Amino acid sequence: MSINSRIAEDQPQSFAFNAESKKQIKAILAKYPKDRKASAVIPLLDLAQRQHDNWIPMKAIELIAETLDMAEIRVLEVATFYTMFNLRPVGKYFIQACGTTPCWLRGSDDVMRCIHDKLGIKSGGTSACGKFSLLEVECLGACVNAPMVQINDDYYEDLDYDSTSELIDRLAQDDVPPAGSVKGRQGSQPEPGPTSLGDVIDFKKAKSKTSTSKTSSKKSAGKTRQGGA
Amino acid sequence: MITLTVDGVEVEVEDGATVLQACEAAGKEVPRFCYHERLSIAGNCRMCLVEMERAPKPIASCAMPAGNGMVIKTDTPVVKKAREGVMEFMLINHPLDCPICDQGGECDLQDQAMGYGTAESRYLEPKRAVENKNMGPLISTIMTRCIHCTRCVRFSTEVAGVNDMGAIGRGESMEITTYLEKALGSELSGNVVDLCPVGALTNRPYAFNARSWELSHTESFDAMDAVGSAIRIDTRGNEVMRVLPRVNDDVNEEWISDKTRHAIDGLKRQRIDRPYLRQRNGRLAECSWEDAFKAIQTKIKKAKPDAIGAIMGDQCDAESMFALKSLMENLGSANIDCRQDGSVLGGQGRGGYIFNSGFNGLEETDYVLLVGSNPRHEAAVINARLRRRWLNDGLEVARIGAEVDLTYPVKELGDDPSLLMAMDGGKSPILSKLKKAKKPMIIIGQGALNRADSSAILGALSRIAKDAGVVTATWNGFNVLHTAAGRVAGLDMGAIPARGGKDTAAMLKAAKSGDMDVLYLLAADECDLAGISDKTFVIYQGSHGDAGARIADVVLPGAAWCEKDAIFVNSEGRVQYASRATFPPGDAREDWSIIRALSAVLDATLGFDDHSQLRSALINAAPVFGIADELTETAFKAVGGKGQIKSTALQYAMGEGTATSFYMTCPISRSSVTMAECIEAFEQNGLKGAAE
Repeated sequence: MSINSRIAEDQPQSFAFNAESKKQIKAILAKYPKDRKASAVIPLLDLAQRQHDNWIPMKAIELIAETLDMAEIRVLEVATFYTMFNLRPVGKYFIQACGTTPCWLRGSDDVMRCIHDKLGIKSGGTSACGKFSLLEVECLGACVNAPMVQINDDYYEDLDYDSTSELIDRLAQDDVPPAGSVKGRQGSQPEPGPTSLGDVIDFKKAKSKTSTSKTSSKKSAGKTRQGGA
Repeated sequence: MITLTVDGVEVEVEDGATVLQACEAAGKEVPRFCYHERLSIAGNCRMCLVEMERAPKPIASCAMPAGNGMVIKTDTPVVKKAREGVMEFMLINHPLDCPICDQGGECDLQDQAMGYGTAESRYLEPKRAVENKNMGPLISTIMTRCIHCTRCVRFSTEVAGVNDMGAIGRGESMEITTYLEKALGSELSGNVVDLCPVGALTNRPYAFNARSWELSHTESFDAMDAVGSAIRIDTRGNEVMRVLPRVNDDVNEEWISDKTRHAIDGLKRQRIDRPYLRQRNGRLAECSWEDAFKAIQTKIKKAKPDAIGAIMGDQCDAESMFALKSLMENLGSANIDCRQDGSVLGGQGRGGYIFNSGFNGLEETDYVLLVGSNPRHEAAVINARLRRRWLNDGLEVARIGAEVDLTYPVKELGDDPSLLMAMDGGKSPILSKLKKAKKPMIIIGQGALNRADSSAILGALSRIAKDAGVVTATWNGFNVLHTAAGRVAGLDMGAIPARGGKDTAAMLKAAKSGDMDVLYLLAADECDLAGISDKTFVIYQGSHGDAGARIADVVLPGAAWCEKDAIFVNSEGRVQYASRATFPPGDAREDWSIIRALSAVLDATLGFDDHSQLRSALINAAPVFGIADELTETAFKAVGGKGQIKSTALQYAMGEGTATSFYMTCPISRSSVTMAECIEAFEQNGLKGAAE
């Protein structure tokens, strides 16, 4: 796909960071030496994208360049390098589907086919309802639970044709399912359950515990660390 | 120094050298695309792979620092295979369009594919295609051919100082472009065409005009500005097809400005190819040489010697100026001037009008004060050297003059030259800066030298220079930056009014009041020629039908700068022997020979019959012309005068914010369509952008 077609034709006339973003920019810039402001380009692009319906207009690129004393082309280079930055409007749910080898071996083609069947879109497209956009991306680092897709900020793993279909149905009704494995396994533990240390930790119980008492587990972790030292 | 072994040969290289440089020192050729001596190291093409002992795999020699005791091999089967592999990858997405590619025949990729590639392709899959980008009127793009070496990006960022180019996208979708495809806004943009190792960026005005192997090459020097860039003029038949830079580390390194490279289409337009004589009806009509000379003879016979004057233009060669100067002396006139812009330079010793430190002095200086000089437009390649000093060593530059972007930060002192009076013998922060610097430099532009109070400005600067240590026993940083290629030569031979003679302004004033009987304009088009009296008989000798020819009574067809063997002297005082690349069109002749022939008609015969006799006479009169391509030491002598400096703002000689565009400064560039397109693309669009 050529670069020009990745940049929206209809661009807003102006762009400005809102008060919340401005506060965050201050905090981000404080992390870097004054003459290394350019380091903040990725966080700022992310802020702009979050503020602007999940896509970055060229005016924002120019504003970021000005804010960070960079040439406009340098900001554009970064924005086009990462698939996570959208330079044209996308749907409410931006689906990044991994097609790299581990996901592909585990059936990413089925996931892709399901999305096409249900929404009629291929990579780079936005559904007729305007709610979904699909982009095939390279490895997102969740190979152990392949195949997977990223929808906005969340990973959905262990997908197949049917579970992808269900996922899309729920999203279509704005009922966002919990992130993670759709098969319900925690982390990357083996599918039937733990094959070792099973008598020590009951993962299913541990899962429900952690979700209810986060503070206590933090405390105990702190203790262990102390004991180790 | 580092000692290492390359293919069994022990070589010594300087600290910080790369393995690739060590291989070159050992006389081994290493293929490369992205590496370029004058740009930063990218290391992304991988073509320069060599084998290093104890390394598990081949290394990219351009990015690997040489180390003591390294053992490098460039001719092993491993290296051969690695390069074949890299080349195969490179050719996967490179189109096989060499027969229709302008780079064909002088293409790095073509040559290296022959030398280091395999004979056959194993690739059967589809190739990628990339949309072409708009990069302005000088660069034509066929981006599918791009191999992503990023030389153009690094050049425009580092050397030209315009952050316009970049590589967007990644992997297979990576594309080189300017931001939103705006034209590459630099005076040096044409150089990216030379840097491009493939046919992705090619010379747009030259597109599909010639094949490199059809061209004859003439090594010469540029006369479009006073830098004296070393160039190669490529011709086919009697037509200049293109101009390329030659490496000259002392002057232009290996860059040339866009005017040098692209104004050549002006050589074919508006040419004066036969003599013309003004008729009774007021129109110029073609005539024979005899008639033209006869008309001049009649007028000069009648004229008083002190009512004959000669003005020499900016692009005149030393020989023609010397011939005209000798002719005027034979006619008994002291009215000659090679300074058509009204400059006050000359007559006070050579050290007062040249770039004394030489351009190489820019590498040593630690503080620069610009006075009425805009080097970005007046000497683009020299500005690139100043920029590099700022980039590498943080060179401090201050300026008296209007604010224009020089591609590096400048401390602004305002455009009021009267502050020099305070510095002259007084105290000022800038004066103490100059004093504190080890090798300070003052660069004086022509904009500071053609004012009514210029003598006082020059005098103040000369005293400041002496006082602040700009001139010491071992260092001379008193530098005048010229814009006219012929100026230093003219001053060197003393082509300025002798005692009692009139200078340009006085001659033009007399011509307008009718007190001047005959005015001889030798390619002088840039002075104020409006309103010259009918009583004054104007002879114009030059190559183009420009301002001078328009008002002339007789027009003599001369040769353009590249149509004669000629001597030019650059700003530094470096004498350069330029070579003839083509012949002048039609009846036009080399300028000195016209003046020599005319002198015989006027019974004022000059004492030379051919070009070499003329050169000996010139060298006799001014020995400096005999020392080619060297800088002669010149002792510093105080120049200029005393007086009040007015607080009127300094005006630059050309470029941004002045009446003279960088792209059109001489008859050739004014006749050039390419230059007109540049003005439209860069200056007018720039103005529009600023207005929005």
